[in-house]
Amino acid sequence: MDHVSVWLGAFLTLGILSFLYKDNPWYKLCEAIFVGASAGYWVIVLWWDNLVGKFYEGVGDDPALWVGMILGVLMLVRLIPKVGWISRWPLAFIVGATSGFWMMNYLGSNIIEQVGATIMPLLSTQVGAGFDAGVWMILSRLVVFVGTFTGLVYFFFSKEHKGAFGTTARVGIFFIMITFGASFGYTVMSRMSLLIGRIDFILGDWLGLIN
Amino acid sequence: MSTRAKELVALLAIVVLAVIAYIRKVGGAGPIEFSSTMSVVVICLIALSLLWILVLTIKGRLIGRRVVFIYVGVAVSLPLFMSLTQKVSPSPEVIQLYDAITELPEGSKVLISFDYDPPSAPELQPMAESIIRLCMQRDLKVIMMGLWPQGPQQANLAVEKVFEDTAITNKGLKYGVDYVNLGFQTGNEFVIQRMGSSFESMFSTDYEGTPYQELPLVRNVKNFSNIDYSVNLSAGFPGTVEWVQVAVDRYGVQLGAGNTAVQAPQMYVYLDAGQLKGLVGGMSGASEFEDLAEYHGKGTKYMLSQSFAHVVVIAFILIGNVAFFLGGRKSALKGQEP
Amino acid sequence: MRREIPLLITAIVGIVFVIAYFIPHWPFGKMSGWFSDWFSIVQGCAIILGALNLMKLSLIKVMDRKEDWGYAAVIIVTFLIVVVSGAYEGEEFRNPGTSFDWLYQFVYIPLSATMFAILAFFVASASYRAFRARNFEATLLLIAAFFVMIGRVPVGYTLSSFMPEGWYLSDLASWVMNVPQAAGQRAIMIGIGLGIVSTSLRIILGLERSHIGGGD
Repeated sequence: MDHVSVWLGAFLTLGILSFLYKDNPWYKLCEAIFVGASAGYWVIVLWWDNLVGKFYEGVGDDPALWVGMILGVLMLVRLIPKVGWISRWPLAFIVGATSGFWMMNYLGSNIIEQVGATIMPLLSTQVGAGFDAGVWMILSRLVVFVGTFTGLVYFFFSKEHKGAFGTTARVGIFFIMITFGASFGYTVMSRMSLLIGRIDFILGDWLGLIN
Repeated sequence: MSTRAKELVALLAIVVLAVIAYIRKVGGAGPIEFSSTMSVVVICLIALSLLWILVLTIKGRLIGRRVVFIYVGVAVSLPLFMSLTQKVSPSPEVIQLYDAITELPEGSKVLISFDYDPPSAPELQPMAESIIRLCMQRDLKVIMMGLWPQGPQQANLAVEKVFEDTAITNKGLKYGVDYVNLGFQTGNEFVIQRMGSSFESMFSTDYEGTPYQELPLVRNVKNFSNIDYSVNLSAGFPGTVEWVQVAVDRYGVQLGAGNTAVQAPQMYVYLDAGQLKGLVGGMSGASEFEDLAEYHGKGTKYMLSQSFAHVVVIAFILIGNVAFFLGGRKSALKGQEP
Repeated sequence: MRREIPLLITAIVGIVFVIAYFIPHWPFGKMSGWFSDWFSIVQGCAIILGALNLMKLSLIKVMDRKEDWGYAAVIIVTFLIVVVSGAYEGEEFRNPGTSFDWLYQFVYIPLSATMFAILAFFVASASYRAFRARNFEATLLLIAAFFVMIGRVPVGYTLSSFMPEGWYLSDLASWVMNVPQAAGQRAIMIGIGLGIVSTSLRIILGLERSHIGGGD
């Protein structure tokens, strides 16, 4: 890493960190550079990989790619107010493709598989615990079942949460709170890890104070 | 002196200190390392200062946010100078991924998908290095690819790091025969779907432009049925969720995952359902895997800072709650800026 | 026709993907392949649209000398520098040693990584000032967070090493993650999945039309 590169990296890193003191011109400058650089980066990546790599180099073998390019150009027409309505066609294509693909993926992986994984360990020795399962394993599977069921009951807002239904929903909230607490803990871990990476750059790569 | 003048003086002091440290570095001076005694003294001083903050908070004087920021900065920075070691206790899901790799017979093909970019590297790069190193140690064939544009570059950096180990270099591993980098392909989850029928349709050349059929390792790899185990290193979309939904549930791929800590809690659901065969979550997961693989990289090095940071955050939460319960709810809810 | 054609496009594309899930062979496999390639191309054009819009807004700010117009000028200049360097380097733009790669390594990465890293400070500050065990649910959330934060780092094992095996803080954190956390997470996942499936079905069947806009 040469001197200019490492000092530039340090200047930009400290500029963003200066926001911890207060909003200031140094931070605003770094933020503006970030916005411009991000936009430029993604334009270049998608230009070379999607438009040149996929369309320009592939259209000779597969003329059907012209349809994709026409849809893409129609997307750009959004900038012209008089004919901007045509951009609905590529948008409709994007929404349709995403809906169709995601519908089956989420149905299979996130619903059917998950319901099966919740119930089957209680009913079958082929899934999860066998007949040699200890008390702790059996209790854990029951907790998973109760937690999933009560959590789903909580999210059912078409019926008022009263009586036995309300109590079930309340148990569900407890499990969801545990989930949020665990997510918070992991989020702290993740942010701290990223901060450690930057501090390692500042103290190690830039100032040479640590190994 | 006005506030502005003080700020400028502070900024000037930081610049001067940075220049001195930089000149020191360029001059060849080594890193600073605290002895064990010094490390313990520093820890005790920080603990005492936290106790002092607890006392102040109980008295109704909440400390300013900048003091909290300083504590976080200190908690993350100072351990990097310390030479203390900690015992790492691998969790079952990390052991599961380790076992899945070590149980593969020699010559098995492992597909590793690098679905992250450099900002997520502090968490995922240590995992990548130790997984690749383990595969190469056990004579497994490694096929790398990426659904994120910078993924394949991270793969190359990981391989370079692994080859710094003479034990691996002495094996005489050859690119294209023992390991290969297929590069990046745009299309997100659609790429995984097309790989289900043909890898070559998505990766007609490797990262360096060599045609697929000229690479001995992959020329007979038609699709996922020719892969023995897959690992996905993911920082977001597209990532592990898409790999599970398409590769695992449609094509029956055996998949392990390494995720950033933000994503990891969601993956326990897939782990419980058997859709994932092993999970390494965040930097702590990376250090656990390094411990199992007997390789001490950055995951292990950073864990002391991670421990300190967590303790500081927990301490502040406890201090705030102690004040809330002892100091009266109303006064504790009001923040007092310095 | 301005509304009917987009609805027809959505329906056809969506139905092809659904059928291709069950029948991946010709013609549905081929059609889903085409659609996924077109998706990538449209994605490329969409980002160009976004970038052009950003430049348009920034340019208006500069020309009208609105507040902080200087930073808008910085946005434009940085964008042009990155785009010109990427265009100049050609298809090998991300290879190490290129000007684009230098900009990515020493401009984009420090900024992007630090933007995420700075959240660590705010998480700690917010935890100190606002994270209160006001009721049972909040207490449960806090306890789960404690177990996970302390159990997932080596200091958790150190603090609980006097406990019998299987009862270390790390073991408890593992149990929390694999059992109650997974249960709650699964409930959320199934709920979201049901929402996605029903919304996708409504979109494909043309019952949900918000994506094609209102008016004409």
